[in-house]
Amino acid sequence: MKKLDLIKLPFSKNNPITVQVLGICSCLAVTAQLKPAVVMAISVTVVVALANLIISLMRKSIPPRIRIIVQLVVVSALVILVNQVLTAFVYDVSKQLSVYVGLIITNCIVMGRLEAFAMSNKPLDSLLDGIGNGLGYGVILVILGFVRELFGRGTLWGYPIFEKLGLYNIGYENNGFVIMAPMALILVGIIIWIQRSHNKELQEKS
Amino acid sequence: MEYFNIFVKSIFIDNMIFAFFLGMCSYLAVSKTVKTSFGLGVAVTFVLLITVPVNYLIDKYLLQPGALAWLSPSLADVDLSFLSLILFIAVIAAIVQIVEMVIEKYSPALYNALGIFLPLIAVNCAVLGGSLFMQQRGYSSIGEVTCFALGSGIGWLLAIVGIAAIRERLRYSAIPPALKGVGITFIITGLMGIAFMSFMGIKL
Repeated sequence: MKKLDLIKLPFSKNNPITVQVLGICSCLAVTAQLKPAVVMAISVTVVVALANLIISLMRKSIPPRIRIIVQLVVVSALVILVNQVLTAFVYDVSKQLSVYVGLIITNCIVMGRLEAFAMSNKPLDSLLDGIGNGLGYGVILVILGFVRELFGRGTLWGYPIFEKLGLYNIGYENNGFVIMAPMALILVGIIIWIQRSHNKELQEKS
Repeated sequence: MEYFNIFVKSIFIDNMIFAFFLGMCSYLAVSKTVKTSFGLGVAVTFVLLITVPVNYLIDKYLLQPGALAWLSPSLADVDLSFLSLILFIAVIAAIVQIVEMVIEKYSPALYNALGIFLPLIAVNCAVLGGSLFMQQRGYSSIGEVTCFALGSGIGWLLAIVGIAAIRERLRYSAIPPALKGVGITFIITGLMGIAFMSFMGIKL
């Protein structure tokens, strides 16, 4: 597979969230605002890319029986590192993300790409695949965070856009429902709908 | 009474799937039939029931700041909480391995039906999430923690059996091709989440 494809495909045709259906838990929970969504996307990209690289470097010497345990140890160590970095540099966002940073360990994208790709491919390919999947995940997170914060609070990254545009004066009200949890699920369903209408080969046959 | 409050709260108000979105991957992947969903739900409940209290003990006597005071007073200011993630996951992986061996021996049919998703309980966000929430909320006794674990598991079981029952009936509906499968499941889960929001204002 060409190197550029490894980064391009997870963006749309093999998107981890909408096509592979992995990594749903965290994508729904942290996207109530744009800033935590972006921080989470960067964290997951870092973890997936580095975990892919490390496991791919070790792949020939891992006994098959304990490979899940080895993968979990590597991923846990990376997540503990990322957690400490986040707590040190963006403390307010790390409080918002709370348990979901720790839950990157069980993020299906990480384990899924380790099993499906890193265990049987070269280190450079695995690193690119990790970056690609992280970015694909990040795109969906940013879309969700953007829509939910803009229509739910009228702000973007904390900057009160709708207030500055004077929309509240003509009677516009924030759509408080969009911030709530179930709306994220419906938004992802709509994104899947739009994506599959454009790419007929992704539709499920039954 | 406190135990009952925590138990009911974990099933409906703090439902693992609809309030916190934990365990969605296996929820979406396994919910095609009610029978396998029920089996997976029971397995997840069982794993939660064992791992959350064990992790509570580990957290209380090993990891919390000042927890090691029972070993010797000089260790009273040691804070090992940064090791929580890796220790919790190790406990969960071990328990899931045992559960897998027990199911393989006593119910080979269920073992074959669940396939790869049984070992995947180890990376089910709901299981690790249960331990992390237990640590974050600071429950004060092992009884409370057990009620929380049992309630969370039953809440997850209810959610996955519910969506499986709906999906079984959806097979005969005229859904647009682009929404079939994953798309409509997301939207329906969102609607179920809205329904569960009705429990939010309940004070026990």
